[in-house]
Amino acid sequence: MAISYDEVVAKYDPVLGLEVHVELNTESKMFCSCSTVFGGEPNTQTCPVCLALPGALPVVNARAIESTIKIGLALNCQIAPYSRFARKNYFYPDMPKNFQISQYDEPICFDGYVDVEIDTDEGLKEFRIEVERVHMEEDTGKSLHVGGATGRIHGADYSLLDYNRAGIPLVEIVTKIVPGTGKYAPEVARAYVAELRDILRGLGVSDVKMEQGSLRCDANVSLKPMGSDVLGTRSETKNVNSLRSVERAIRGEMIRHAELLDAGAKVKQETRHFQEDTGLTRSGRSKEQAEDYRYFPEPDLVPVAPDAAWIEELRKALPERPSLRRKRLKQEWNVPDKEMAAMVNADVLDIVEATVVLGADPTKARSWWLGEISRIANDKEVSVTELAITPADVAEIVALVNKGELTDKLARQVVEGVVAGEGTPAEVVAKRGIKVVNDDGALMAAIEKVCSEQPDTAQKVRDGHIPAAGALIGAVMKETKGQADAARVRELLLGHLGQPVN
Amino acid sequence: MINQTAAAMSEALVKGEVTSTQLTQAHLDRISDVDTSVKAFLHVDAEGALAQAARVDADRSSGKKLHPLAGIPLALKDVLTQDGIPTTAGSKILQGWKPQYDSTVVSKIKEAGIVILGKTNMDEFAMGSSTENSAYGPTFNPWDLSRTPGGSSGGSAAAVSAFEAPLAIGSDTGGSIRQPAALTGIVGVRPTYGAVSRYGLIAYSSSLDQAGPFGRTVLDTALLHDVMAGHDPKDATSINGKFPDVVSAAQKRDVKGLKIGVIKQLQGEGYQKGVQARFDESLQVLASLGAEIIEVDCPSFEYALAAYYLIAPSECSSNLARFDAMRYGLRVGDSDGASAEAVMSATRNAGFGHEVKRRIILGAYALSSGYYDAYYGSAQKIRTLIIQDYAKAFAQADVLVSPTAPTTAFKIGEKSNDPIAMYLGDVATIPVNLAGICGMSLPAGLADEDGLPVGFQIMAPAMCDDRLYNVGGALEAALASQWGGHLISKAPALGGSK
Amino acid sequence: MSSLSRDDVAKLAALARIEMSEEELVSLSSQFGMILDAVARVQEVNLDGVVATSHPQPIQNVFREDQVRPSLTPEQALSGAPAQEEQRFRVPQILGEAE
Repeated sequence: MAISYDEVVAKYDPVLGLEVHVELNTESKMFCSCSTVFGGEPNTQTCPVCLALPGALPVVNARAIESTIKIGLALNCQIAPYSRFARKNYFYPDMPKNFQISQYDEPICFDGYVDVEIDTDEGLKEFRIEVERVHMEEDTGKSLHVGGATGRIHGADYSLLDYNRAGIPLVEIVTKIVPGTGKYAPEVARAYVAELRDILRGLGVSDVKMEQGSLRCDANVSLKPMGSDVLGTRSETKNVNSLRSVERAIRGEMIRHAELLDAGAKVKQETRHFQEDTGLTRSGRSKEQAEDYRYFPEPDLVPVAPDAAWIEELRKALPERPSLRRKRLKQEWNVPDKEMAAMVNADVLDIVEATVVLGADPTKARSWWLGEISRIANDKEVSVTELAITPADVAEIVALVNKGELTDKLARQVVEGVVAGEGTPAEVVAKRGIKVVNDDGALMAAIEKVCSEQPDTAQKVRDGHIPAAGALIGAVMKETKGQADAARVRELLLGHLGQPVN
Repeated sequence: MINQTAAAMSEALVKGEVTSTQLTQAHLDRISDVDTSVKAFLHVDAEGALAQAARVDADRSSGKKLHPLAGIPLALKDVLTQDGIPTTAGSKILQGWKPQYDSTVVSKIKEAGIVILGKTNMDEFAMGSSTENSAYGPTFNPWDLSRTPGGSSGGSAAAVSAFEAPLAIGSDTGGSIRQPAALTGIVGVRPTYGAVSRYGLIAYSSSLDQAGPFGRTVLDTALLHDVMAGHDPKDATSINGKFPDVVSAAQKRDVKGLKIGVIKQLQGEGYQKGVQARFDESLQVLASLGAEIIEVDCPSFEYALAAYYLIAPSECSSNLARFDAMRYGLRVGDSDGASAEAVMSATRNAGFGHEVKRRIILGAYALSSGYYDAYYGSAQKIRTLIIQDYAKAFAQADVLVSPTAPTTAFKIGEKSNDPIAMYLGDVATIPVNLAGICGMSLPAGLADEDGLPVGFQIMAPAMCDDRLYNVGGALEAALASQWGGHLISKAPALGGSK
Repeated sequence: MSSLSRDDVAKLAALARIEMSEEELVSLSSQFGMILDAVARVQEVNLDGVVATSHPQPIQNVFREDQVRPSLTPEQALSGAPAQEEQRFRVPQILGEAE
């Protein structure tokens, strides 16, 4: 029954819909004055309001409103002159009030878009993702499931609830349906989430740490037969908590849907959960009937009616758009399209820029992050930002190479040491005793030894056949365990064999 | 001592004729004597009350400047949270819960040095008009123990009427202060929506709820009103503005030249004969004091009851969702293998009474998809029409008036099996809540046919609460001089040390 | 005459998380006709062009500064908990998925 991705996209046209939840980085919660700091001891950041004690009332955090409007503006949205909060009613133990304060038919921002660039077979291509709405709501508490075999919700004997996260401001960004991405659907989705994340980071409104859950993505996927106008049944995949997972989850769902459709089966409209380990989704417990949330205007809160002049002020203060920034950096660094796309795709743009700001040459900074360091990250299955190496470390290594204190090969050893947690580049150099051999006497001894071991090759060089020197240089480098500066070795060797050093 | 007004008690305290400790003890004694028959209190905090009284006495003897009500005892409806004191809202689902915080109203009365005697009985979650819906049994009307004191703040009204406390606090969502005040022969005010903070007031219907004062006189009620009102940043719906001086208004008592509008729709048919008679007499008294009586037309009031019984249940179905056995309160059915969902359902079934369940279900229906526009949506539009009717009426008159309730106090059990009949008792009080304005009920005498108190309702525009006190004060004074004292002095003795 | 069947009431009770006895479902269903007739009067009025009022006072833009204030202590937070463990609220096994 297995069907390849290429077969899927030849036969079906995917339609996407993306809902991104962003935790704002306000000091206090959405509707009360409890701290939002991540990782506190359980139930130390709760109060009558966020525990939903009888009688407690919410009051809106001013900065959450400001941040949401900034997000709306950055996503090219209209800002509603009048919007309201609404209650979304459903029971769940991690939600103390058993309703979530959200927004329903009057979101604060609506009708925006985000453009993303994808490296396609026909070169760079821009896709526009239309944003339907940006609205405010609040996060839930966290449950710890105890007992049972898996530690998961199913099979647990009971659960323990920590409400520190309950009431942290969330912004939900919902796209309109995204048609026409074809085989690039997974990449477009990933690029969109990455772009959102960059925009939000640029605005300084969220920590946007997917691994901590401060940015979470739900991906809706449906397939329609090529050429059809009728939308297929969609599945909604939750728990998609990294950029890589966005891509994998969508690709996986496309294949799963296609297999069902090919077999003449129906796709069930349901919530699915992405499994990081397998890259597959599993079905959520299906509900007997569609939940009826009984939305109605939140009577404990009053309408939000932002002043037009204030919105203009916020608009003027918006930071540079990530897409424009990329264009600027491409120009400043003089990078070809492919390379730029590679950096964006590998998500190293920020870190490269930080390295350049610290004095490293853009080309070198790029080649370290995109090359050696990315390779290590891939091996460890983490992102480069999760490694112990920082832009300052890389800038230091580049400087050491420039000063001739490290060779490229040695520099790689230093990178390895820094990643392994052995300290700063200087500390790694000291601890590992890494040193460029620039003692000419030692080098000369090695050269003489090599020339005597390979008299024929040495003779060729003496006869003016310069390319033959390569083999000798390699042997000298080996002899000096890579600690020699290859350029100096070449100089000394050619001099030793009576050839001009050009 | 206990049958004096709060204002008189205050004077005696200031003059040193009595201490707060003595005053508090006298009320605690009265509670021991009569509350076994009245059952106004769910919880009496004798220790806390005496400690607060002792603090006030110490402050007074050290010459500290005190609030006029400092040292005066008060009964608190069990719907307001008080740190560490059991608070149930009349429901089994909150049995044993001790709030971890003070409601803003409680903070304010504590700050004023008022002594909280305890928590008073109420219809469960303030849903009812007789206090029979309390999970802890009914409260009895001190005027006739076979009758209800009205509700939902029946415990608070009965406590004041039975001289168990000179002052009390209630809450009024559809008439729950004014109606029991009328049925027990005392004064009760529902302030303008947003004038008194709802922070710590256990919500029934957020857009209609408002806490307010009870007293045996208009001035006493004003003194308490003044302590309770004010902007609160913890309540987003709290009004941030200049609050009218209700205490001065209660002492002004000048209706000369005022226009008083009688609402055509809130009299006549459906009103008990004796109720209508006392109401008409009060109008004549006001006219004799120089007020001009006119009639105003509020056609949409006919639909107020229907709108109320959609809006309040809708909001309550959501407000009461938090009572789920997870974080506080009752938990039922938590046996091996039971799910959280099953425990929630079992607890909510066991913890809520019939009326509460009925309203939650009605509210869930009115908000459910497909019915929202027809029910909740329409009710909110009726609300707009009622606001417009009031606006027109207040363009013609300074205050509007009506009987507070169509009947005097009814027998315990008389209406408990007929929800519609019970709901009809709120017909005159509900429009005030829907429009967010203020209203007062004060005694207009006793109905001839049953000898029970009749309430006279005064309504004023939002943030014009002072008008209630001016007109109410004038009427009260004129009636008292006719009767040779306040109506409450005619209340039958309940025995004990009165 | 409006009505709500026993099954309608059962659905609403499930939505409101109230486990009702058969007797209660039937009795509520029999009362509902009368109650719905009473409240359905709101539909008798022509409401075209009438704006809904969800809030009695025309207040808007009420916010608080983004400032942290002390929370309850965990002991206070958990003081009313029917069950607790490891400074968390202990609840029976949860069957449904989170939203």
